[in-house]
Amino acid sequence: MLKGKHLIDPMDFTVEELDEIFELAERIIQNPSEYSHVCEGKLLATLFYEPSTRTRLSFEAAMLRLGGKVLGFSQANSSSAAKGESVADTIRTVECYADIAAMRHPKEGAPKIASMYANIPVINAGDGGHQHPTQTLTDLLTIRNLKKQLSNLTIGVCGDLKFGRTVHSLIKAISRYENNKFVLISPNELKIPEYIKKEVLEKNNIEFLEVEKLEDVIDKLDILYMTRVQRERFFNEEDYVRLKDSYILDKKKMGNAKKDIIVLHPLPRVNEISIEVDKDERACYFKQAKYGMFVRMALIAKLLGVDK
Amino acid sequence: MITINSIKKGIVIDHIKAGLGIKIFNYLGLDKAGYSVALIINADSKKLGKKDIIKIDNEIDLDFNVLGFIDPNITINIIEGENIMRKIKLNLPERVENVIKCNNPRCITSIEQEITHKFYLVDRKKGLYRCEYCDEIHKL
Repeated sequence: MLKGKHLIDPMDFTVEELDEIFELAERIIQNPSEYSHVCEGKLLATLFYEPSTRTRLSFEAAMLRLGGKVLGFSQANSSSAAKGESVADTIRTVECYADIAAMRHPKEGAPKIASMYANIPVINAGDGGHQHPTQTLTDLLTIRNLKKQLSNLTIGVCGDLKFGRTVHSLIKAISRYENNKFVLISPNELKIPEYIKKEVLEKNNIEFLEVEKLEDVIDKLDILYMTRVQRERFFNEEDYVRLKDSYILDKKKMGNAKKDIIVLHPLPRVNEISIEVDKDERACYFKQAKYGMFVRMALIAKLLGVDK
Repeated sequence: MITINSIKKGIVIDHIKAGLGIKIFNYLGLDKAGYSVALIINADSKKLGKKDIIKIDNEIDLDFNVLGFIDPNITINIIEGENIMRKIKLNLPERVENVIKCNNPRCITSIEQEITHKFYLVDRKKGLYRCEYCDEIHKL
């Protein structure tokens, strides 16, 4: 039973609970009209202490498509936080008005504090560089729908693997499914942190390979998960010039990829995927954004206990 | 070595890593004690080379979790009638609350008022704790 639970960390839910959410999301995709009134009379509070148009709109669209309503704020200076109110006090006030809350906060752990005080479900919509569990749910639902499975896959993750929280969460989440392999593609400075290798990959006997260049491995991948490499993350200009093109996906590199590869990206994209790739039917990052809304619909319905 | 008389009824905190004695002394507020207390620093020790010892000529409440967190290798001897009645070996506690603060400037505990600072043990051998809110590692 997911009713009344919070979602703070991507690993808060068991694989079975995630399956429940994905199955509901798939039923919603198949028959959206059947779910278009299940949240009638319910309110979602979107408590966004920092701007994130994409995530906030996804949550709002999800609630509105379930027949519910939304209220909230989209930056800290338009909220009581500007007057110095604590997260604990804000959530205890908000729960008087709303049935469920989604919180984005620049400070790590803020949604966790909210969940400790709240009597309504709290969803972490991103806390600093820490966790963004609904992005992980989005990624899993996308893979499940487009590859028809969450196991036996070779997953390439490319770009900034050191600071990219979406990548860390995705690796942890996919490691719970059988027989997946990872190809970790990044410059030396931005390799995956040791603790992910030791505590997640090696601990679960998961095969992985670390490489510097995307073009060397793209032909082996079932999924390519792209993230952005920022110029300022490189230690020296020489390495940046040498490697920068390796982290930009273009038509030429796609030419060597499998026919059924899917390319994902948490968005927003800057220049790491060339616009010319958008026309390729294997580019699935905009579909991924749509799955993001569906998985948030399923999540909200499950946490409110209004799923059929 | 300096000789300090044995105590009749009280507590001896032994095998304190040299240098940590004053930290425990201050934590226990022994500077304000109205009874005899001895803080011995740099005593010879077979096991540690040098060690600190605290002798308290009184029964006081000790939080073994906090003491174990400051130094997991200390031994607590409960003394009655000049004899050791009980020997307690400490360990690193599984959880600590309001003993240390998170060093991560991005952690919510840096701004949220009157929050309980919570850490849980992740690696006993290496003495690693994680902040319950932001997952930042704290090394002892």
